[in-house]
Amino acid sequence: MLAYILRRIMIMIPTLLGVTVIVFLMLHATPGDPAELLLGERATTESLEQLREHLGLNKPLHVQYGLFLSRLLKGDLGETIWTRQKVWTEVKQRFPATIELSLVALFISCFAGMILGIISATKQYSLFDYASMIGALAGVSMPIFWLGLVFMLIFSLNLGWLPLSGRLSISVDLEVITNFYILDAILTGNWPAFKDAVWHIIMPAVTLSTIPTAIVARMTRSAMLDVLRQDYIKTAKAKGLSQLKVIFKHALRNAMIPVVTTIGLQFGVLLGGAILTETIFAWPGVGKWMYDAVMQRDYMVIQGGTLFIAGLFVVINLLVDLLYAVINPRISIQ
Amino acid sequence: MGNPKNPYDRHPFFEQIGQLWRNKTAIIGLVIITIFFLVAIFAPLLSPHDPVETSLYDQLKPPVWHETGTWKNILGTDELGRDTLSRIIYGARVSLTVAVVSVGIAFTLGTLLGCISGYYKGFWDSLIMRIMDMILAFPYLLLAIVVVAYLGPSLENAMMAIGITYVPRFARIVRGSVLEECEKDYVMAARAVGARDWRIIFIGILPNCLGPLIVQTTLSMASAILDAAALSFLGLGAQPPTPEWGGMIARSRALILRASWVMTFPGIAILMAVLGFNLLGDGLRDALDPRLRD
Repeated sequence: MLAYILRRIMIMIPTLLGVTVIVFLMLHATPGDPAELLLGERATTESLEQLREHLGLNKPLHVQYGLFLSRLLKGDLGETIWTRQKVWTEVKQRFPATIELSLVALFISCFAGMILGIISATKQYSLFDYASMIGALAGVSMPIFWLGLVFMLIFSLNLGWLPLSGRLSISVDLEVITNFYILDAILTGNWPAFKDAVWHIIMPAVTLSTIPTAIVARMTRSAMLDVLRQDYIKTAKAKGLSQLKVIFKHALRNAMIPVVTTIGLQFGVLLGGAILTETIFAWPGVGKWMYDAVMQRDYMVIQGGTLFIAGLFVVINLLVDLLYAVINPRISIQ
Repeated sequence: MGNPKNPYDRHPFFEQIGQLWRNKTAIIGLVIITIFFLVAIFAPLLSPHDPVETSLYDQLKPPVWHETGTWKNILGTDELGRDTLSRIIYGARVSLTVAVVSVGIAFTLGTLLGCISGYYKGFWDSLIMRIMDMILAFPYLLLAIVVVAYLGPSLENAMMAIGITYVPRFARIVRGSVLEECEKDYVMAARAVGARDWRIIFIGILPNCLGPLIVQTTLSMASAILDAAALSFLGLGAQPPTPEWGGMIARSRALILRASWVMTFPGIAILMAVLGFNLLGDGLRDALDPRLRD
């Protein structure tokens, strides 16, 4: 197992390096002077010269990449153009919001997707099965930025049940410790803030979870159907075990293996979808921040944000692979 | 493509076409896609108005079934008085073009790289597959957003960005199939009689990998339409006044309370077009490639 973990980490390193190469080259593939691109139009000749010196723009490309990488390893992602803040500081401030949103969305999609899939599989070809599979197909085909706006229109503007946007109402005070608002509210025992934060996260999280829920539901259904056809399930039923026991104790455990892989793959969908969802719901996370940067042509932020999200994605994929090996020991032996 | 092993076998292609006809999902998908293609081709004949013509007196007209709606603008108008129905009809052209062009780029590049990888193996295989891994290290949509952010927002750049991000899907499928086929006797026989590499690859091997490729192409078209609409929604794809569904939704955000119809119909158009390709892709997968069934 340890050898497997080490091997997986070794495989991750070239991928991470590849990400830095792509991000590095993208700036240089863009027409125009990289220094001017990074500092914006208002930059003075002096500051441009300073940045060229700092980035080593007069040196050969591979030397520049070396400098880029060494700055990266020191945690130096540069400064933003507009706010003159360290990019890394801003990332640290914003990413709890994104993680909080993604985790809640992931929880919703696991829960709803697996339940839909299990019921569909046990009642194959029933009305429920058809309805939920048509729903799942519509979910996979859903433009979530549109769905988010439709939710806003219905649940917030027309019915007034849920807040329109943001993470917390202005009137609510919350002592921020971890920047995960729901967690902070629990830690400080601040129940009004807890309720407010949960109310705010429902719409964006449900929107973000649409596609993963549909994918998990489809995967769970087909994995369950595969397992339910096998002999040992017949044996379990013949022994006189109850339907619930057969499904949850015998079938689900084996059906989980492909489902866990699918759930792991959904992180990419969530992190990418976060850019759309956060933009619609004014959710102050990394996604909205990146969108604003793209609009303002703040290439330092785009560069830093991309490195951060892609790096996070690679690490999450590694964790999912390791988790997969724990669930299915055959993997690590091969 | 060499002699079949058993002369009594019917070519599997006919078997698969038969299965496809019996598959209801595939047929529904095919019908939806055909409608969208027909709408796109005959857009000038079908649309009641010019999609970019503004009209000062027809701003924010509701659809015909509202009390104040008229038959002149069946699905209402936007804030500049442009006819929503006409813009949706012309939008089909944009979305289908994006789907065909970006998936075309991914298909061509991916198939070529996959063939080189699977056939020559060794150094080229490792190099190409590592590059594919790098592209896959970016979560969905992020790479496309970043590429367009650097190249500048336009429909062409959006198509290219989506195309690039889809290359690994095709490269991986083709590589896998080519690796598998290379082990078979007919490839060895072709090599023995001195056939050139490109002939073995394109005439011998590739036709045998078509099933999964067709499935991937159809499903990729669905996601290409979705991604292009998302890019346009973020202001990175088609630029105004191009009638594009994602862009239409973006501009209608400010009108969400006053005129919800401006936002509703383009979203339904996206959903239906994507659903059509997904239905066909699912059906094709069942018919052509039982291994991939989920």
